[in-house]
Amino acid sequence: MPKYEINVNGVSKNVDVAEDTPLLWVLRDHLDLVGTKYGCGIAQCGACTVHLDGIAVRSCSLPIASVGGQQITTIEGLSENGDHPVQLAWKEVDVPQCGYCQAGQIMTASAFLDNNPNPTSDEIKTAMHGNICRCASYTRIHKAVEIAATKIG
Amino acid sequence: MSTSSITFNRRAFIRTSSLASGGLLIGFNLFTACKPKVQPPVDISQLNFNDFNAFIKIADNGAVTLFSPNPEIGQGVKTAMPMLIAEELDVAWKNVYVQQGILDTENYTRQLAGGSQSIRLGWEPLRQTGATARQMLVNAAAAKWGVDPSECTTSEGVITNAKGETLGYGDVVREAAALEVPENVTLKEPKNFKVIGTDAPNVDIDKIITGKPLFGLDYKVEGMVYASVLRPPAFGKILDSYDDTKAKAMPGVLDVIRIGEKAKELSKEGVGNWTVAMGKSDKVVVIAKTTWEALKAKEALSATWVDDSTLESTEFQDKQLLGLLDGKEFQTLRKDGDIIKAFSQADKILERTYESPFLPHNCMEPMNFFANITDEKIHLVGPVQTPEFAATAVAGMLGRDVKDVHLEMTRMGGGFGRRLYGDFVYEVAEIADAIKKPVKLVFSREDDMTAGTYRPAIKYRIKASIKNGQVTGYQLKEAAIGGNMYGLIPNFFPAGAIENYQVDVANYQSNITTGAWRAPYTNFLAFAEQSFFDELAETMEVDRIQLRLDLLEKVKGTTDERIQYSPERMQNVIKVAVDKSGWGKKRDGVFQGFAAYYCHNSHVAEVADVEIENGMPVVKKVTCVVDCGIVVNPLGAKNQIEGGVIDGVGHAMYGDFTFMDGQPQSQNYDKYRLIRMGEIPVVESHLIQNDLAPTGLGEPTLPPAGAAVANALKAATGNRFTQQPFSKYPELMQVPTKAIIG
Repeated sequence: MPKYEINVNGVSKNVDVAEDTPLLWVLRDHLDLVGTKYGCGIAQCGACTVHLDGIAVRSCSLPIASVGGQQITTIEGLSENGDHPVQLAWKEVDVPQCGYCQAGQIMTASAFLDNNPNPTSDEIKTAMHGNICRCASYTRIHKAVEIAATKIG
Repeated sequence: MSTSSITFNRRAFIRTSSLASGGLLIGFNLFTACKPKVQPPVDISQLNFNDFNAFIKIADNGAVTLFSPNPEIGQGVKTAMPMLIAEELDVAWKNVYVQQGILDTENYTRQLAGGSQSIRLGWEPLRQTGATARQMLVNAAAAKWGVDPSECTTSEGVITNAKGETLGYGDVVREAAALEVPENVTLKEPKNFKVIGTDAPNVDIDKIITGKPLFGLDYKVEGMVYASVLRPPAFGKILDSYDDTKAKAMPGVLDVIRIGEKAKELSKEGVGNWTVAMGKSDKVVVIAKTTWEALKAKEALSATWVDDSTLESTEFQDKQLLGLLDGKEFQTLRKDGDIIKAFSQADKILERTYESPFLPHNCMEPMNFFANITDEKIHLVGPVQTPEFAATAVAGMLGRDVKDVHLEMTRMGGGFGRRLYGDFVYEVAEIADAIKKPVKLVFSREDDMTAGTYRPAIKYRIKASIKNGQVTGYQLKEAAIGGNMYGLIPNFFPAGAIENYQVDVANYQSNITTGAWRAPYTNFLAFAEQSFFDELAETMEVDRIQLRLDLLEKVKGTTDERIQYSPERMQNVIKVAVDKSGWGKKRDGVFQGFAAYYCHNSHVAEVADVEIENGMPVVKKVTCVVDCGIVVNPLGAKNQIEGGVIDGVGHAMYGDFTFMDGQPQSQNYDKYRLIRMGEIPVVESHLIQNDLAPTGLGEPTLPPAGAAVANALKAATGNRFTQQPFSKYPELMQVPTKAIIG
């Protein structure tokens, strides 16, 4: 099987996997970074969201062969001590119910706020529309993104 | 998910033990958790420590660990149940460490998540336990000081005597462990609560936001392999043969096996509730080194299937259910007076039929489970709402003693009823037993959506008679797939309010597996009934709120023990909802809909506000008023209310799941619409303050939401929605020109 050298959370990692293996499963099964979640496998729910050179991408539909030397950031690497403004806002608002989708929500929100630190309410809704929360913690996700924006912007 | 009341001794059984490492371990059972057949022991000294299903651990340094006994599915019990103990133990919540307890299969059956009952049934025993522990610590301190325990007070883990001397719990915990367990401890008055009623964030918040392993899908042990299961492509088909040549040649694939024999034995023996998707068929399992390799190789399997029973389509099922409603074969669940007479003497009759589709649960974490089976031990780890049930069934299936089973519960990425059924546990147990390796079974999203235990399609027909401006008769007919409404549901409102009242049910036994789905039956019954009352008020030309209040007035003072909803509490939530939502105050372009419902022992009223955007009605806000007694964790409660309302709105608007020749027509989120961020209403929640014992909150805010929205859509469009999901009927969403102008 082909070997790939990828950069995850600032660390270079070597993996030996088939070229069509989605980044999601490389992270979860090969690198033990299980914070990134499997939800649908077809880029419809956002549970698997990670950053690729700062851009939010759905890792379930991203073959390892297409990653190259781009910087991958997962929920485990978003901040050293869980103190990224988005994480702190999630805690302040007590967003999660079951919590399963929240890593993906946080990764979508943090990449969005990097590009748009002063979003309108509608812009938040549009940005977060691709992430499903089955517990419907949406109102708190929205509020947490607003709070994080005040700290970033 | 029975909501029937359970008779239980209100005292929790408690036993203490010194820890080898120092400190005190207090074991207690939630007596509510005992199976009916288990008699409370006369002499608790005869109990072994493993007869208890929850624990308080107090270390020498005063650190307090509470083991939460019930599974956490997002409903917040891992936070709220320990809060009850901490309150009476009198420790600061911030100093408490909460751990998920493990399963004790010996004596308990209530170690489950379902029916919104964890807090209601844990209310007395959990507080009793905390209070007993506190009293033992006080007694130990008093003995040390040589004073009477009544002279001592406690606060935040510190005991103080009349002279102002203090001892921490950790200072006396060794002595306390040797003392007799006191009886008849006094519980706090609600006004003295320090923990209950305060906002406690999710106990797992730090792990969730940093991506730490918490869920079943995250569980991993050395040498673990992964399993992906090929199940029949349609309900009604069973496996004939398969070819695994291609799959076996794929990277990472370790083996391909056939399972099903053991599960079928289980089914024959009647062990367990066999509402298991595709349980009749054998299945083909790919064992691989990684999840992806297992999922991918499954796609490379080729199999032939034979028809075992009717391959049903939605159209076929609709005909079956409507045929039942039109027929005469019903079971009567409640009958008051004489509805035939009432209907024959009526001035007016209103009759409507309401229809709902199947719904998958769609937990965000797909079904999965870990098993490692050796001659010594059956090790099971993962997300299941009914751990005790699963453990017993697995032991039975494998011909093993249930004592061999060690089941660990993980935090669940949603439950909604799907994880009440242990099909995935039986599957992984059969796999692990065959391959003799630690193995994790993982469902793909497609597996999860197509091998479901769905919310059954249900049709309700409601008929009411009106005579001299009064509702004189009410008949509710239910035609459902699988089973019918259960427990006290036939005695919910308007039972007791209308002289001639009857509930009749009939069911069609489909081969499509069905089961509980958040607020079983009431999740759609509330829509039918509360839509009907709205239309009834229109037909009678009376105020729709007043009609409900007047009917509730007639229930007051009832001696019918089957009626457990409170007309007073229901009237109250209605009045508060009217007040808080600005009901009846005309606002341009805002159309309101009302619904009120009682289930899971809680009373809820909701008002939906619909506005017109781009010519289409949009649900902008829902005001939700809940009376669930004392609120243990207001922050968690608000989360449950918001989630329940939005879930209710979402599924009423978009939830659709059809079958063609036995095959689900939606297999993933590209064809199954769940409500998303851009579609949610603002949810304004109001909790009624009182000192009544807490009742359920995980489910009761969901059922009325669909009716509140339908009634608001009627106000906005002039059209009545009688079928869910509403989005399937865009022609009814057309807004008349005058409404747009407002």
